[in-house]
Amino acid sequence: MSLAYYPGCTLKTKAKNLEEPAIASLEVLGFKLEEIDRWNCCGAVHSLADDDLIHQVAPVRNLIRAREQGKNELITLCSFCFNTLKRANLLVKANAEKRNTINSFMDEEINYSGGVKVVHLLEVLRDEIGWEALAQKVKLPLRDLKIAPYYGCTLLRPREVAIDSVENPIILHELLDALGATPVDFPESTRCCGSYQIISDPGTISAYAWNILSSALSHGAEALVLSCPLCDYDLSQGQKELVKRRDEFKGMPLFYFTQLLALALGLEPQVCHFELNYGNPESLLREKNLLP
Amino acid sequence: MSAKARKKSPTATKVKKEKEVPEVKPEVELIPVYVMGKRYEVPEGLTLMKAMEYAGYKFIRGCGCREGTCGACGTVYRKPGNYKLQVALACQKTVEPDMHMAQIPFFPANRAQYEFAELTSAPEEVFKLYPELFRCVACNACTKACPQGIEVMDAISALKQGNIAEAARLSFECIQCGLCTSRCFGELAQYHMFQLARRIYGARILPRAEHLAEMIKAINEGEYDDILDELKHVKKDELQKLYQEREEEPVTAGEDWKPKDKTYL
Repeated sequence: MSLAYYPGCTLKTKAKNLEEPAIASLEVLGFKLEEIDRWNCCGAVHSLADDDLIHQVAPVRNLIRAREQGKNELITLCSFCFNTLKRANLLVKANAEKRNTINSFMDEEINYSGGVKVVHLLEVLRDEIGWEALAQKVKLPLRDLKIAPYYGCTLLRPREVAIDSVENPIILHELLDALGATPVDFPESTRCCGSYQIISDPGTISAYAWNILSSALSHGAEALVLSCPLCDYDLSQGQKELVKRRDEFKGMPLFYFTQLLALALGLEPQVCHFELNYGNPESLLREKNLLP
Repeated sequence: MSAKARKKSPTATKVKKEKEVPEVKPEVELIPVYVMGKRYEVPEGLTLMKAMEYAGYKFIRGCGCREGTCGACGTVYRKPGNYKLQVALACQKTVEPDMHMAQIPFFPANRAQYEFAELTSAPEEVFKLYPELFRCVACNACTKACPQGIEVMDAISALKQGNIAEAARLSFECIQCGLCTSRCFGELAQYHMFQLARRIYGARILPRAEHLAEMIKAINEGEYDDILDELKHVKKDELQKLYQEREEEPVTAGEDWKPKDKTYL
C-alpha cells in the first residue's frame, strides 16, 4: 500500500537517520512511503501571530500539492513538520475568512479547504498496522534495552493536533514494547527541549537538556527515543556542554524511533545511519548484542 | 556629410514629405503606451525595447543581445484593469495598448564571495554562503516574476532540501535578469544562489566524462602531433579543399557514429 509522504527539508540533510530507516521499515511492513512531488518547506514553525497569514502559505501549499496529486492523507516523520502542517490545515478548515485570503493569494494553485488529513508515522504504526501485528514482524527484539520515550512538544501540543493523550502519552511506550525494548517512564517526557531558543539563546540549551536527561537517567534509562530533529539537535548540543561541565554526566545516546524500528525488524544497521547520532549509540547496542 | 548639409537635412525631408505625401498615414496602427508614467504613441507590433527607443529612449545599458538570452532588459508592466504586476524581457514582449512599463535592468543583490576550489558538493556550502535561503516563505512571487518560466520557488526549495542537482536542473534556463529577486518577500538573491548551484553541480556532482580524460591524455602525450604538423604544412588551397570536403557528423547522429575515413582515429 502506498502512503503519500512529506519528508521535510531536515530529513533530506541533517536527519537522514530519521528518514532512511523509516522508508526501509515501512517496506518490510508492506507500505511504500511515496514522496509527494514539488513539496516545499513546511513553514518550520507555526506562527502564532493573528495577522500573519503569509506564514501559513508554505504549509498550505504542501497540502495543496498533496490534494492536486489526489491524496487525502499526508504522512510526516518530523514532529515539527507534522505540527506545522496540521495546524495550518486546522486553520484553513476552521476559518473561512482566512481560508479565502490564503486561497486568493495563491491564485496560481487550486483552492484548498482542508481536505488532507495530516498524519504522523507513529499513528500509522498504531492505527494502520497495530502493535500486535508489528510485534509479530520483529526479528531482533530489543531485549534489555532500557529506553526513555521522549515526546517533546510538537506531537502533543496544542491539544487539537495531539496524536495521543496530552498529559499521559503512551504511543512511544507502546512502540518500544512492541519492539521488545523496555520503556522507562520519566516525568520529563513531554517537557520542551528548548526548541528554537538554541538560535536566540544557545546558552540555555544545556539547562533544558539537563532537566530532561538527568531525569531519564535517574529513572534508569540507558538512552532516549524521540521523533523530532530539533529535539535531537538541542539535546545533542546541550549534552556536549553538559559533558564538559558535569563530571558525573557521561552523555546519553539518542535514537530516532525509526532507527529502533528498523533494527528490530532485522534490517541492515547501515540503513539506520547511527553515525549521525550523538553519543555513540552503537556501543550501547553492541553491549546489548543488538549489533554485530 | 558637412555641417551645413546636416543642418539642412531636416528641412529638406520636411519639404519633400509635404510635397510627395501630403497626408501621412502610418502603415501600422499607433497605440498608446506609458513609459515610466509618460504617454507615448508607438507602432503596434514593436517590442517594448523598440517602443521605448521609438519614444526617444536610448539604451546604453539595460540592453544586450536583443534575443532574449542575456537577461539585461528585465521589464515590469501593468495593464489596465489588472492589479497584477507582470514581467517580461523588453526585447521579447510586444507592446499592448495602455500598458504601463518600466525597465529594471539591474536589481541589487549580494553575491557571496567564495573560493570555488575549496567548495564541496555538501548542501551546507550553499547554506553558509546564502543563509537568507531560509527566509523563504514559499509565497511563489519569484516564480510569477520569472520571464523564463522557471519554477524559481521549487528550485529554492530544492536548495533548502540539500538537492543542489535539482536546483541546477530547474534553474538551467536562468538568464540572471534578477526579476525574481526584485519581488522576493524574504530578500533572497535567487539568481546568485542558482549560479552557485550550477557551478557546484557542474564541477562536483556531474560525473566526469572518462573518454574526455583519455583524449586529453592522448593529446598531451603527443598522439596527434604528427597529424597537426602535417596539416600545418598543407598549402592554403589544399587546406581549403580538405575543409570543404570534410565529413561532418550529422546532427541526428547517435553516440556510436564514426566517420568513413578512420585514418586519424
